[in-house]
This record gives sequence, C-alpha cells and structure tokens, in this order.
Amino acid sequence: MTSKEYKTITDIKGPLVFLEKTEPVAYGEIVTIRLSDGSTKNGQVLDTSDDMVVVQVFEGTEGIDRRAGVKFLGDVFKLPVSKGLVGRILDGAGRPRDGGPDIVADEKADIIGAAINPYSRQSPHDFIQTGVSAIDCCTTLVRGQKLPIFSASGLPHNDIALQIARQAKLKDSDEEFIVVFCAMGITAEEYNFFRADLERTGALENAVLFVNLADDPAVERLITPRLALTAAEYLAFEHDYHVLVIYTDMTNYCDSLRQIGAAREEVPGRRGYPGYMYTDLAMLYERAGIVKGKKGSITQFPILTMPGDDITHPIPDLSGYITEGQIVISRELHQAGIYPPINVLPSLSRLMGGCIGEETTRDDHKKISDQMYAAYAQGRELRGLVAIVGEDALNERDLQYLKFSDIFEDKFVRQGRDEDRTIDGTLNLCWELLANIDTKYLERLDDELISKYHPNEKKE
Amino acid sequence: MEVKKHKGSEEMSNNEGVIYRISGPVVTATGIDARMYEVVRVGHEKLMGEVIEIHGEQSVIQVYEDTSGIRPGEPVFSTGQTLSVQLGPGLLTQIYDGIQRPLQTLEEVMGVFITRGVDADGLDLEKKWEFEATASVGDEVSGGQVIGTVQETDTITHKIMVPPKASGKIKSLESGEFNVTQTVCTLDDGTEIQMMQEWPVRHPRPFNQKYAPDTPLVTGMRILDFLFPLAKGGAAGIPGPFGSGKTVTQQSLAKYSDAQIVVYIGCGERGNEMTEVLDEFPHLIDPNTGKPLMNRTVMIANTSNMPVAAREASVYTGITIAEYFRDQGYDVALMADSTSRWAEAMREISSRLEEMPGEEGYPAYLSSRLAEFYERAGRVETLNGDDGSVTVIGAVSPPGGDISEPVSQGTLRIVKVFWGLDAGLARQRHFPAINWLNSYSLYPQSLNQWFRDNIASDFPEVRTEISALLKVEAELQEIVQLVGSDALPMDQQLTLEVARMIRVYFLQQNGFDPVDAYSGVEQQYAMARAILTFQEEAKKAMAAGAVLEDVVNVPARIELMRARFAEGYLEKIEGLVEEMVNQIGNSVEAQ
Repeated sequence: MTSKEYKTITDIKGPLVFLEKTEPVAYGEIVTIRLSDGSTKNGQVLDTSDDMVVVQVFEGTEGIDRRAGVKFLGDVFKLPVSKGLVGRILDGAGRPRDGGPDIVADEKADIIGAAINPYSRQSPHDFIQTGVSAIDCCTTLVRGQKLPIFSASGLPHNDIALQIARQAKLKDSDEEFIVVFCAMGITAEEYNFFRADLERTGALENAVLFVNLADDPAVERLITPRLALTAAEYLAFEHDYHVLVIYTDMTNYCDSLRQIGAAREEVPGRRGYPGYMYTDLAMLYERAGIVKGKKGSITQFPILTMPGDDITHPIPDLSGYITEGQIVISRELHQAGIYPPINVLPSLSRLMGGCIGEETTRDDHKKISDQMYAAYAQGRELRGLVAIVGEDALNERDLQYLKFSDIFEDKFVRQGRDEDRTIDGTLNLCWELLANIDTKYLERLDDELISKYHPNEKKE
Repeated sequence: MEVKKHKGSEEMSNNEGVIYRISGPVVTATGIDARMYEVVRVGHEKLMGEVIEIHGEQSVIQVYEDTSGIRPGEPVFSTGQTLSVQLGPGLLTQIYDGIQRPLQTLEEVMGVFITRGVDADGLDLEKKWEFEATASVGDEVSGGQVIGTVQETDTITHKIMVPPKASGKIKSLESGEFNVTQTVCTLDDGTEIQMMQEWPVRHPRPFNQKYAPDTPLVTGMRILDFLFPLAKGGAAGIPGPFGSGKTVTQQSLAKYSDAQIVVYIGCGERGNEMTEVLDEFPHLIDPNTGKPLMNRTVMIANTSNMPVAAREASVYTGITIAEYFRDQGYDVALMADSTSRWAEAMREISSRLEEMPGEEGYPAYLSSRLAEFYERAGRVETLNGDDGSVTVIGAVSPPGGDISEPVSQGTLRIVKVFWGLDAGLARQRHFPAINWLNSYSLYPQSLNQWFRDNIASDFPEVRTEISALLKVEAELQEIVQLVGSDALPMDQQLTLEVARMIRVYFLQQNGFDPVDAYSGVEQQYAMARAILTFQEEAKKAMAAGAVLEDVVNVPARIELMRARFAEGYLEKIEGLVEEMVNQIGNSVEAQ
C-alpha cells in the first residue's frame, strides 16, 4: 500500500489531526505521524472522505505542527499474537514495557474483534470458586461470564480483584486461569501494587499485562482494552486457555471516550458522554463467553469506580445493562472495617441459576443463598426502623433478624485477604450462622434440607 | 465464500456511484441515483446498506456491517429495492440477525465470529414443502386471499396467500411438492405466484380494517392477567432498570402467552441471554398445545455488539414477519427486548448525520418512530376476511431506572398497558417485580365481558376488590413506618395480613418453578376468591373474639398458600378453602 508521506495537516484540535488532499484512505486505517524533531506518533482514521481525513492520535497531539509528515499504513490496527505473550508486560499500545524483546507474532489479529454469533455461543455453566463467601454463595461467578465490580474511590476493589484472580478455580480442579490484566489510566502506585502481588504469588508467569498509566496518553486508553481482549481471545480460542480478564478502571476509559467525542464536536448524550457509549462498551464486554467447539473461555472482571458512589451514573448504568450482573462494593461496610466490603443486596449474578445445585455445588445452595439474602435484607430494613422506634418495638422474630444482619456482615462477609474458603465451607458457614434464627422463621428452607444440614436439627 | 442471495430481482443495475466519505456506519456516496430507503451495496465487498438521506448529488447510506478498511473511491451499487424480508414456509424455528440472515447459515459460512460481506437467504430456497391447494382453478382471487396451505410445523399450518398487490382469476393451481421459489399458481393475467413473497420492512402490510380488541392475551402471569390485562392486538411497555427482570418477564411471555405465533426480537441485548433462549426453547413445551415451543417461534437476535444499523432494522424485520402471520389469521405476539437499544441505534445514526438533536441527543423523530412501530400492533380483519392480531410488548431500559426519559415517555404515550418494573421489589426478591401501584392497563373495560363470559360473572368486581386492598395497604404502610404495626387497630392489622397474602401468595410467582410459572385465569380467579374468603371469615371470627394471630396461622391457610407449587392445584383450592374456613371458625371456639 502507499507509503507516501503527506504534509497537508490543516487543523489540530485536542487529540485529533485533520488533513486534506490525500489518496483514498480507509476508515480505521493506522497512521504514523513524523514530527519535526524526528520522533513519531501513532493514530487511527476516524473519518475519511475525498476532501478531509480525521486522525485520532493515541499519544496526544503535543508537539505536532502543520509541517509534520503523515503516513497511512494501509491496514487497520492489529496486535501481533503468539503464546509468547504469556508472562509479558506491554504498554497501552502493545509495545513491550518489561525491557524484553518484541513479541514474535504467530499471526496478527484485528483488535476491534468480531461479534460472536449468538448461535455459536455455548451457555456458561461451570461454577468458579473464588474463595470469597459473599461471591460464591450469593453472586456466583460462572466461567464465561462478565461480572463487573462496581466500586468507588477509596474502596479496596483492587484487593478484591487480586484475591479473586489468585483464588479463582473450578471446584475440585487445579486448572489455572491465565490472567489478562488491563490497566487504563490507573496510577503508577496502583500498578506497582498489582504487579507486586502478581509477582509475590507467582501469577505473573501466567499473566499478560497491558498497562496504560495515568500519565500515559488518554486516547491510547481506547486501544488498551481492545488489545487485552484480542490477546485473551487468541489465548482462549486458539490455545484452549481459560482466561480471566481484569480491567481497571472502566471509568477512565469512558472519560477518554468522552474526550474524543468532545474534540469531534459530537452531540453529547447524558453527562456529556457520547450517545454511542452503550455500543462501544458492548463491543468490549460482549467479548466474553464460551464458543461451541472451542475448549477455552473468557471470563471478564471489569472494575469501575462510580463517580460520587452513584449507581445511576451513565458508566455503571450502561455497564449494568450489558454485563451479566455486578458486585457492588459498599462504603458503609468498608467504614465499618469489614473486608471484603461487598454489599450482597444490590449485587447480582445473572448466570448463577444455571450453575449451582446438586451437580455443581451442593443441593442446598439455591435455597440457602435465598434464605441468607432474605434474612439479611430484612435485618437491614429493620435497622432503619430501630433508628426511629427503638428495639423495644420489635417482636421476637424481628429481633432475631436484626441480630442476624450484624452476624452476617461480621462472620459471613468478613474474611481475610488470603482466606480461601471452599464452597462447602461457605455453605456450612451459612447454616451455622442461620442457626441464630429460630427454625420456624426460616421460611425459604424446606424440612428436608433442614434435617440434612441444620447444625441443631441435623439427623446423623 | 459468498453465498449467493436470491432476493428476487436484485440484478445490479447500471446505477453505480463512488464512496465520498466514511464515518463509522455512515457512508456518503456520490453519482448514484437512489431513492430514500433503497438498499445499496457498498464497496468492493458489497456490504449491505440503506439510503437514509439525500443531499443533491450525495446519498447518505447506513451500512449494516463493519466499515473498517473501506476507502473513498470504492464503488457503490444501487439495487432498486427497499429493505425487504422473505416471507414463506421456513420462517418458524429460525433465528435471524437484524436483516433476516439466518445465524445458522452465517455460522456455516463464517465460523463462530460474524465477519462481513456474506449474504444469506432468509428462507431455505431448496427445501421442498408439501403444498395443498385450497382454492380452485377459475376462482377470482385478490391480494391476501389464501390459495393453499403447507403444514410447516406440527402445530402451525402455513397459509399461502396471493401477494397483496396481485389479483385475477386462477388459471392454474396444483398441489404437490414445491420449493418456495417454484410457481404453484398462475393467474389469467400471467402473474405467477410462488410460496415465497417479499415485503419491504418499513411498510405496514395491508388489511381490511382494524377492530377494537376484546380478548385478553392470557400470559399465565397472575399480576398481568388479573390486575393489568393485555388484549390480543394491544401494545404494552415494560420499563425497568437493569436487574429488575425485564428479560425474564419477556421470556416468560414468549413461553406461556396463548398467542399462536411468537416473534422474539433480542435487540441490542446480551449474547449469552440469546444463547440461553436458544438452548432452552426447543426443550420447552407449549402449555397451550403440548408441542415444543420452538414450533411457533421466530427469533431475531442482534446483540449489542453486532452492527448498530442492523439493530435499527431488526425491529422492523420482526414486526413484518409478525404481520405476515397475522395475515394468515393467527394471533401473533411480538416481544422486543429492548426498544431502548433500538432508540439508541437511531440516536447513533442521527448523530453521525449531524442532525439537530431533540431531548437527550435522541433525534426529534424518536416519538413518531415509536408511535409508528406500536401502531403496527392491532386486531384486524385480514384481506382474506379472517381475524388476526399482532400484540406488541416492548421492553424499555431507562437510564438509571428513571422513566422520565424520552424513550419511556414516547412509549407510554402510545401503549395502553404499562407494566412498571421496580428495582426495590427485585431487591426484595419479589418476582415478577412489577409494581402494582404505578402499573396500569386501559383494557379492562373492553375485556370485562370476556372475563364475565369465560371465567366468572363477578370477575371484574373481584379484581377491583383486590386492587383496592393493595392501595389501602400502601397507605397503611406509611403509618407503620412511623409507629410500628402494633399501634394499628385490629381491623387494619387484618387488612395488612390480607394484603401480605395477596403479595406473597398471588402476586409473587416463580418463573423458574415448573408448576408455578404458569397459572391459568380460572386458577387466578380461584386464588383471588380464596384471599377474599379468608378476609371475610377472619373478620367474622375476630368480631366473635378470635385473635388475629390464631386466625392468620391456621394450618389450612398455610397449606393453601404452599400447595400452589404442586401439580393439580386448581382442583384442590376449593377443598383447602373449606378447610381454612372451618379452622378459622374453630379458632373462635378455642377462645
């Protein structure tokens, strides 16, 4: 393809460069820009016509002047992929960051990624044990699911994500996940924390890291998760790995999207985010799942921080409409000193129903998790009432529920950062804690289960 | 790799232009003389697109496939056709993308990832069907009249109709084995009629006249049928925030409603959810016919990451298929999940066109497009003189669950039934999480006669009593929040218990329980009556000195409530109620 260099820049605005009088340039084509000091920058075509081409520059437009030379590379953005990716640390544009050699490519994969044909998907149904009770019991993670963590500034979502990455496995199996970690606009400190933890546990050998830090170009962030998912798809569907993709922080990604939208003078949607943000996020989140005839899988664990702890903010809101549930981190629990501060009430796993039960976890899982949830929900509600009328106004049943909600947070939700509970352990713990409530108030459990598992009623 | 698409007369005309500009799914071409909404082929790969705007020499095209790598200067071909679907035997049990390409065929050609530049016919053109003529040579026929039938699935007889614009005297007509493109009938003016016809999706199919709906669409969901019924031929909106159970409700409706044909549109939703439907439906049995549900179902899946322009088209593709079955005299139910994604597709295209936006960036024509779509619902007299209907149920996904946004408001202005999903109820695990205080239906007036004739003569009165109890409860709850329930007088405490019974026993329904998931209208009525009987008897007993707690806890009432999960519940209700009445009576004597 043409490698002619154009010096026809007319406008430079934010992260965008406008050129005129070019040969026909493809939509989505990759561009290099040579600056007058000899350095180069990369970009991608966002809009193309006979008269004008708009290029989005990943590294930012700083230092570009109208004399800069622009080359169109005749191809769309591709990531060199091979098994050699595993164990490597790359920057936000896919270049080595760990001082190692370039990736020797087996093939080059288009980073936009094609949609999986819904007819070719396979329903996810393998239970993943994370060792975290609040997740395993109440918002069960399934292999092939996309389950985001909805958090907020100042909460320990990173610890939780890492704990899950460390502990996640199929029940009764040692099969490990390959972790693809994608950092978007996080601080160097956070990154070092992730990296140190992965090194400490030896997980780094089985991981691929794509890192775009807070001081890296914002526009590059739009590419980083696509690179990570392309690598994940390659490892899952060409090499049969089970891949766990953790990306943080989706909020930074969306802000970059807004920045581009504003620079293009697009009509903004809610809170200035572009109207196509739903589609754009779906192009990332939907790259999870299991495909017929392939052994591997992609499970996604995106982390996003809700601005102002507001779950109706467009970022968590649109994410929630695409992902298969969410794990909500609560400031209230965190302030009460509980780790992991997971609030099970607004948390949800949409795929849970199909992966729990006698054959996969245990016959009591569904009912006991319903009962735990219901009892905790009631107890929490009563806390509000007690604040107004005092405990004296409660009857015996309500008092027990009220007490249970504290026990639930203290014994069930709270666990150590390295504490890896088995699913049996978690479910037994549920029974033990529910023994604090009179059996006749446990409306969601049937007699059969009670006589099988209840510590005080068990028939040996 | 290209599967040749038949698409009737789609020879490339001489009309060829070149691409001038590409911006995402919107391509501008010059030198092409196209009409609005004409289908064009874009670039060397001949991607499918549709003309949506004309400026002098320039035609603006929305492309149904990814446009990466396409360059200005590549050719654009006009086809002279508007976006159409192929209609005929073979539609049922299929799953299509937004522009009626069967996903199974796409998998065979492209593998598991959807790439581009592949055409596929909506119908299997090779498959032979047993056509049985029902008209005779010499008959005068006109558009929409039935000339023969094909047994398409166990339960559905596909009626072959004269295309809407044709008419004349039948010159020849024969029964036998044909594929859908072979001529089965000729008219005296030389018109040849095949089993397949094509119809432009943005154009409603014709009918003789619209009737007022007078029959309910029975869904088997108690809160819907009993409190907020939807009529066959009506339109309903289900708005709700994420996690409130929109999709589960839509799927329940697809499973259990007593429509003869179901068209399910997954518009911009999750891939895994569509897969679940695909896995599940072939194994589910239709409670109304006893045959697999798939036999009456057509599915359209354009998931959130599939091309946005095809998402915009998917809703029209679906409703055109629905209308086609309506024209055969069937009752069709169409579920669109979710219309918000459709609206967002319009917004995205509109913003690429740099149109002046209306509210929240949506195009100014949003509400008229919504209205046009829902207006394609209705109960009609078909061109053949039969009675057919299309019922439309649209899910809406308002941002943050706030229904003051344009898509919800545009929908509510049109539909007569509003089933409001409530995140708070979902959080309490009260399913279906439909809020009984703000939901409404404007159909009870026109349906009351049906309920009186078919279920019970006092059906509407029982409904009024039940909903009045729920309203009173809501008021009492406000007081309870302040002072606790013990502070209320006994009769009001009883009202709270009765309302609790309505909520737990009647309104809650477990969509995953094999028995409880479907509740016939007779059973619904019996259950509602049982609740009112409990109230009456409890009042009497308490007036005679019984204690509320004893009355509430009589074993037969608990059994009455619990037994709804067992087979044959309807037959047992009467006995259990009698038992309950006795036990309540005894609680007086126990004093």
